[in-house]
Amino acid sequence: MSVATVSYEDALQRYEPVFGLETHVELGTRTKMFCGCVQAFGAEPNSHTCPVCLGLPGSLPVVNRLAIEYAIRIGLALNAAIASWCRFARKNYFYPDMPKNFQISQYDEPLCTDGYLDVLVGGRTVRVGIERVHLEEDTGKSLHIGGATGRIQGAEYSLVDYNRAGIPLVEIVTKPVPGTGYGAPEVAKAYVTELRDMLRTLDVSDVRMEEGSLRCDVNTSLSVRGSGVWGTRTETKNVNSLRSVERAVRSEIERQAAVLDAGDRVIQETRHFHEDSGVTTSGRSKEEAQDYRYFPEPDLVPVAPPPEWVAEIQASLPELPSARRARLLAAWSLSDLEFEALRNAGALDVVEETVAAGASPADARKWWLGELARRANDSGVDVSELPITPEAVARVAELVASGSLNDQLARQVIDGVLEGEGTPDEVVAAHGLAVVSDDSALLAAIDEAIAANPDVAARIRDGKVQAAGVLVGAVMKATRGKADAARVRELIMQRLAS
Amino acid sequence: MDELITMTAAELSAAMGAGKVSAAEVTTAHLDRIAAVDSQVRAFLHVAGDEALAQAREVDRKRAAGEPLGPLAGIPVAVKDLFTAVDMPTTCGSRILEGWRPPYESTITRRLRDGGAVLIGKTNMDEFAMGSSTENSGYGCSRNPWDLARVPGGSSGGSAAAVASYQAPLALGTDTGGSIRQPAALCGIVGTKPTYGGSSRYGVVAFASSLDTPGPFGRNVLDTALLHEAMSGHDPMDSTSIDAPVPPVVEAARHGDVSGMRIGVVSEFSGDGYQPGVMARFTEAVELLESLGAKVTEISCPHFKYALPAYYLIAPSEVSSNLARFDGMRYGLRVGTGSAEEVMAQTREAGFGAEAKRRIMLGTYALSSGYYDAYYGKAQQVRTLIIADFDAAFGQVDVLVSPVTPTTAFPIGERADDPIAMYLADLCTIPADLAGNAAISLPCGLADEDHMPVGLQVMAPTLADDRLYRVAAAVEAAFADRWGHPLLNEAKGLNA
Repeated sequence: MSVATVSYEDALQRYEPVFGLETHVELGTRTKMFCGCVQAFGAEPNSHTCPVCLGLPGSLPVVNRLAIEYAIRIGLALNAAIASWCRFARKNYFYPDMPKNFQISQYDEPLCTDGYLDVLVGGRTVRVGIERVHLEEDTGKSLHIGGATGRIQGAEYSLVDYNRAGIPLVEIVTKPVPGTGYGAPEVAKAYVTELRDMLRTLDVSDVRMEEGSLRCDVNTSLSVRGSGVWGTRTETKNVNSLRSVERAVRSEIERQAAVLDAGDRVIQETRHFHEDSGVTTSGRSKEEAQDYRYFPEPDLVPVAPPPEWVAEIQASLPELPSARRARLLAAWSLSDLEFEALRNAGALDVVEETVAAGASPADARKWWLGELARRANDSGVDVSELPITPEAVARVAELVASGSLNDQLARQVIDGVLEGEGTPDEVVAAHGLAVVSDDSALLAAIDEAIAANPDVAARIRDGKVQAAGVLVGAVMKATRGKADAARVRELIMQRLAS
Repeated sequence: MDELITMTAAELSAAMGAGKVSAAEVTTAHLDRIAAVDSQVRAFLHVAGDEALAQAREVDRKRAAGEPLGPLAGIPVAVKDLFTAVDMPTTCGSRILEGWRPPYESTITRRLRDGGAVLIGKTNMDEFAMGSSTENSGYGCSRNPWDLARVPGGSSGGSAAAVASYQAPLALGTDTGGSIRQPAALCGIVGTKPTYGGSSRYGVVAFASSLDTPGPFGRNVLDTALLHEAMSGHDPMDSTSIDAPVPPVVEAARHGDVSGMRIGVVSEFSGDGYQPGVMARFTEAVELLESLGAKVTEISCPHFKYALPAYYLIAPSEVSSNLARFDGMRYGLRVGTGSAEEVMAQTREAGFGAEAKRRIMLGTYALSSGYYDAYYGKAQQVRTLIIADFDAAFGQVDVLVSPVTPTTAFPIGERADDPIAMYLADLCTIPADLAGNAAISLPCGLADEDHMPVGLQVMAPTLADDRLYRVAAAVEAAFADRWGHPLLNEAKGLNA
């Protein structure tokens, strides 16, 4: 079916989007969910397997206690209720990368329910409801050889790597998020970003979308504006980067709007997102949907986390991104937008450590978001990966504040530190980088500059003070930047006035 | 017959300990017996002759060196072909696993080996333990040593037949709906279903996970208790394994006594469908218990009549999921070409027998969206009511007794085409499986009609497995006095 395309702006004129996200997170436990195999991304295929994660006849699962703890940690951080008793369930379907042809998951008794995550986007806070957080095991990984698409259809044969089979996964399911209008794609992306930061703070996963340790399915539906009736949703799979989350929602909004505009029905189906083209294509429709025949996993006993244990986990939670945001907004007098800029630059930690080392919040932000962000960008690394410590940056800021360095000299100091020449003080000493504060030394240079530029001096004497810049520049050049430019200007004016 | 094969495990152990006989001689005697009679009994799917002799010699070496040995050191044990063991194939009685050599060992066989027991071979069974006669085996039916034209019972029929025909003094089985107790009764030996979780399921290929219970077979009560104790105990590899001390079953088996014990006769297990000869022997057994000083009362367990239908929803549901992994992708049989789905379908079509397919379909249906509550959900509610029946009964009595199965061993082929008739063989044994408590089957005589053995079932509360042996040992001793010899001595032909 081909339909006319509809622009995003057009679509939003007539329809209100509702989205929801299902996020799978591989937990960073040392061993797998139900056996003692060590997790190892990128290892030799099938080198981290055992009778349990291969589902060999007679083998039995045993729950990894740390995985339960991590899931509770996530649930608590998402303000969710932790079940006092819940069970695993079997999700039955046949697929070669599933060793048992069922997945141990949770069904109607998830470990965590009913929470929320506050998401900062475009300077405002959106509260995203969390439906549930549950635990399950990952499947193996199929590699389809010989087809054009890399998918099983058309492949000559497939290879399966079971290293991933049995890695603990947490699935975090949002409630439907209505009312975000034009910003829906951006809110979806911001939610995943916030969630990722939170999971990183909780230290439960390495949350690397590019390695698949955080994977998203995006549900999208459209409601005709003013109708109050939610439309049929689609589930878009394979959304594996923050940018793709935004693009997938946007692309589904445009596609569904075109379908509805043409008077057709949106079909409830699974769709695949294509990173290259940014569009989704049809997968499985609901009519062909599998009946997973869920039933309680009889090989496992119920999970009943004692309340004391949950309280202990709660007490051990680190400061979460939202709490940190509130604290820093107040302590540093930031606007939401300024905070977002810091967070998006990945500079929160280094700025906070720089402030802790004695710099003012303004100075710390100035250096990390300005000069250092530029250097990071030039070398294609994260700002936090630059070979300079927050202590060093604080020291540079201190030297500038005390007048020992000017900004230009400070940049040279930073260059030296980045090149591994030592601490800021060592770089200053090695290169003799200090503002020349001896007026007599400056006056000699000023006199030379006046003598070399008699016409400029004459214009200044005539009241064209802006021309002084030429003389200041000459003096700065003569002193190789070590002079305090403001003091130089002051001395020039005095000299020419006398 | 060689004297070594008719001795009990306890006697063999004593003789080996006293240096009168070596483990290698004991194993050789049993291997010779297998070679002599198993072409008729067909109890074994695999005989591990060389491996067994090597294990036996190792026991002899350890004994000579004064190293510690378990109570079953040097005793041959036949293993139901549902347990994984690294030096033997594991088929589960199914063509779909033909030739599969597991790369890992079940906890129970590991424990037995560690104690010096000699694993002599793998025994025949109904495919994936689904059946009551071994006629559902993918490798042919085993025979009842009492009458080779009759079934030995099932699903652990090979193990029961091996023990009853003196091919091994002990054997391992599993009981999901009666698969140890029913063949024990039909072959005139002793078999126990321990408390669920009392014996590890790790490495025991699953039929119905919430019911499967590995357990022992022996020719007498003490031998059965020895194996029961050796195989039991907590296993961290099985989450459903109970972390509690093993009930003192051997101690109980040595001190049979029912005086003052309160014994309940389950009133639901009699009437239509029960063979008169079975009821006659059962009634005599109850009278015997009374004469030994037990206080016998009749106990009604009103929900037991729903046990069979509930079982035939729960067990197939679980099996439909448990058997999903047999798809030709990773191990075992692979049939056909084409897409993965086509290969899976063709492999399962070719590899599974009719009963396995029937139960997979039943279970798939019972778990389907829209039917779950009416079938699987309802069956689980029935299960709760059966547990409540047991709880109420054990509030009044110490143990319950009933026939093990409504009839004696039936002729091969008689029920093969009538699954419902076959299912009725487990009528009396299923409640203990659904509730998870312990139960034993022991011989209580021969039915007048066919001179085939009849079994007495004793049921005890969860983790009171020792009570079974206290009762069984007392009954066994009293019958031995009455008969003047073990019941098995009356088996003709093969055992003469």
